[in-house]
Amino acid sequence: MTLVCVNNVHKAFGDLQVLKGIDLNVAQGEVVAIIGRSGSGKSTLLRCLNQLEQHDSGEITIAEQQLDAGSMSPKELSENVGMVFQSFNLFPHKTVGDNVCLAPVVVRGEARADVEKVAREVLDKVGLADKYDAYPAQLSGGQQQRVAIARALAMRPKVLLCDEVTSALDPELVGEVLRVLEALAAEGMTLILVTHEMGFARDVADRVVFMHQGRIHEEGEPAELFSNPKTPELKQFISAVL
Amino acid sequence: MGPTLDFLTLLPYVSELVKGLTTTVVLTVVTTLTGLGLAVAVAYLRVNGQPWMRWGLGGYVEVTRNTPFIVQLFFIFFGLPGLGIKIDAITAAFIAMTLNLAAYSAEILRAGISATAKGQLEAARALGMSTLQSYRHVVLVPAFARVYPSLISQAIIVMLGSAVVSQISVFDLTYAANFIQSRNFRSFEVYLLITLVYLLLAFGMRRAFMLVGKRVFAYQQGEQR
Amino acid sequence: MIEFTLWDIVRNLLLAARWTVVLSLIAFVGGATVGLVLTFMRLSSRRWLQRFTSLYVDLFQGTPLLMQLFLIFFGAAAMGHPISAWWAASIALTLFTSAFLCDIWRGCLEAVAKGQWHAARVLGMNYFQTMRHVILPQALQLSIPPTVGFSVQVIKGTALASIIGFVELTKAGTMLNNATFEPFTIFTLVALFYFALCYPLSCYARHLEKKLYDAGLR
Ligand SMILES: Nc1ncnc2c1ncn2[C@@H]1O[C@H](COP(=O)(O)OP(=O)(O)OP(=O)(O)O)[C@@H](O)[C@H]1O
Ligand SMILES: [Mg+2]
Repeated sequence: MTLVCVNNVHKAFGDLQVLKGIDLNVAQGEVVAIIGRSGSGKSTLLRCLNQLEQHDSGEITIAEQQLDAGSMSPKELSENVGMVFQSFNLFPHKTVGDNVCLAPVVVRGEARADVEKVAREVLDKVGLADKYDAYPAQLSGGQQQRVAIARALAMRPKVLLCDEVTSALDPELVGEVLRVLEALAAEGMTLILVTHEMGFARDVADRVVFMHQGRIHEEGEPAELFSNPKTPELKQFISAVL
Repeated sequence: MGPTLDFLTLLPYVSELVKGLTTTVVLTVVTTLTGLGLAVAVAYLRVNGQPWMRWGLGGYVEVTRNTPFIVQLFFIFFGLPGLGIKIDAITAAFIAMTLNLAAYSAEILRAGISATAKGQLEAARALGMSTLQSYRHVVLVPAFARVYPSLISQAIIVMLGSAVVSQISVFDLTYAANFIQSRNFRSFEVYLLITLVYLLLAFGMRRAFMLVGKRVFAYQQGEQR
Repeated sequence: MIEFTLWDIVRNLLLAARWTVVLSLIAFVGGATVGLVLTFMRLSSRRWLQRFTSLYVDLFQGTPLLMQLFLIFFGAAAMGHPISAWWAASIALTLFTSAFLCDIWRGCLEAVAKGQWHAARVLGMNYFQTMRHVILPQALQLSIPPTVGFSVQVIKGTALASIIGFVELTKAGTMLNNATFEPFTIFTLVALFYFALCYPLSCYARHLEKKLYDAGLR
């Protein structure tokens, strides 16, 4: 079943054409890694998928609902799409537990007690059950990012978007976050991740999408794509990052 | 009568002093709360309101910041009844102080709000929060924390400025001083004592605010890891 | 009773506004002078001078301007040397202004990065050379916007002189009100006059602040 359907999407910032006709279908349970050079439009594509940016033309459908300006309220959208950012963006004045509970309580109006149970579950899943009462400032970067993942999961989204979630981390903290994502993938969570971790893309993704100058330049199964790139741009990109 | 100080002549007027002190303290506590509350609304609407609302509130803030408090007080107490709106002195004092504190604090808060990292708002959006929800749960507390010292100073300035409400016969500390010195003719002693009381109030207010701040903004303490 | 036309009211307020301006100028110039002396006392290496200035600043920032005015006006009289409202207002506003300006300027001096001191030291400059050629020029630039901004507080502060009977804008307003019983018109006009005096200064201060900010100095 196709969960996310992107059809000929265009997006410009002023005169700068950033997305020049993107087509992408993501099936339920699929893990898609988006790679590409800086400025190729990876983040913009991801941000269009949850309306942090408004696409100019083309269609985006998520769980059979069309995504246009105002077609889905932030609340409805958050029930379909979750997002984890490069810079964590935890709320500094809330404890780990409150960060996770906040949206389910205020956006969904769920009962606090139920939400707390869910919060402990998702925090357990990311290995931070014991940090429930800590403040973000008391955690390492890797821990903060895992809380951010838990926070997104607590909304039970159908698809989770991850934009370079390990790029802001010290090298020794990258592994713990990737392991959490790997476990999520194994559970059948639908993931769309922008990443510079080629090893991770190869091992975990079902499909790798290479973006170049606002277009999907090449895509395919990771093993095939990495060992046998067809376009010179991807060849060059792979030799540059590996 | 030589230039000697004689504070004993103040003793019979303790009850007036207490009355004046009570009024000043109550006025200050109430208007600090209402003023800061109003400031939050004004700051929010100046950023997110309709254009006409932003414009109107901008006008209110500028007029308040660029006219003396005593004129604002006179306008409310003497001027508004000219339009048929009758207000008693203590209410006029309350309104003037609240509006004054709110105008300054709204500007201070706006600076705090505009320093909010874009990522915080995006995270709130991605979690499905409306603009109002993200302000309430995500933006406001850190914004307050950022500008808290300025807000304390502003609230103290308004408390000290409230000495002027004695001019519309509100029985505050200054009114008590005027009252006493008109009876015992020891103006210097009276005003010296009252000035000292204001100084202690300002000091106490700062202390109280800091204590509250320490508790409310405790989340910052782990920051210097 | 004499009939007052709107023009009569405006004319009288305009005349009184002169004294608001004069008093503001006296307070600002006097305050800046005293404030400058205080700022240097604050910078001195003598402990007691530092203590004195910070106590001075705390006292004037921690008490109502109205009380400062009363203490000087009535205090002088109680000491057997009565002074006019003019003098009392000028002295009180000068002292009040000096305390705030001293605090503002100290902040600006401290805002000049520590590294500047070190850089001057390794170039062999002594304290006064560093101050004169490195620190002061930078601090001066930083201090202009908040100083202009504070002038608005000085103008507004002069309104309190009305309470000891000095006839400036606010006092003229209350007197006209007693004569005409048109409080709404009069206090609206009084407010407008103050606004006309203060708003351009506020805008100018903001403009200067923005210029500093854009130059990357703030
Ligand atoms: N809000 C914006 N306004 C103007 N230009 C923008 C905006 N967001 C992104 N851009 C521009 O769009 C282009 C694509 O940006 P995008 O963030 O999608 O790239 P990216 O592939 O994610 O790169 P990176 O690997 O550096 O994150 C860049 O040139 C960027 O400068
Ligand atoms: Mg990006």
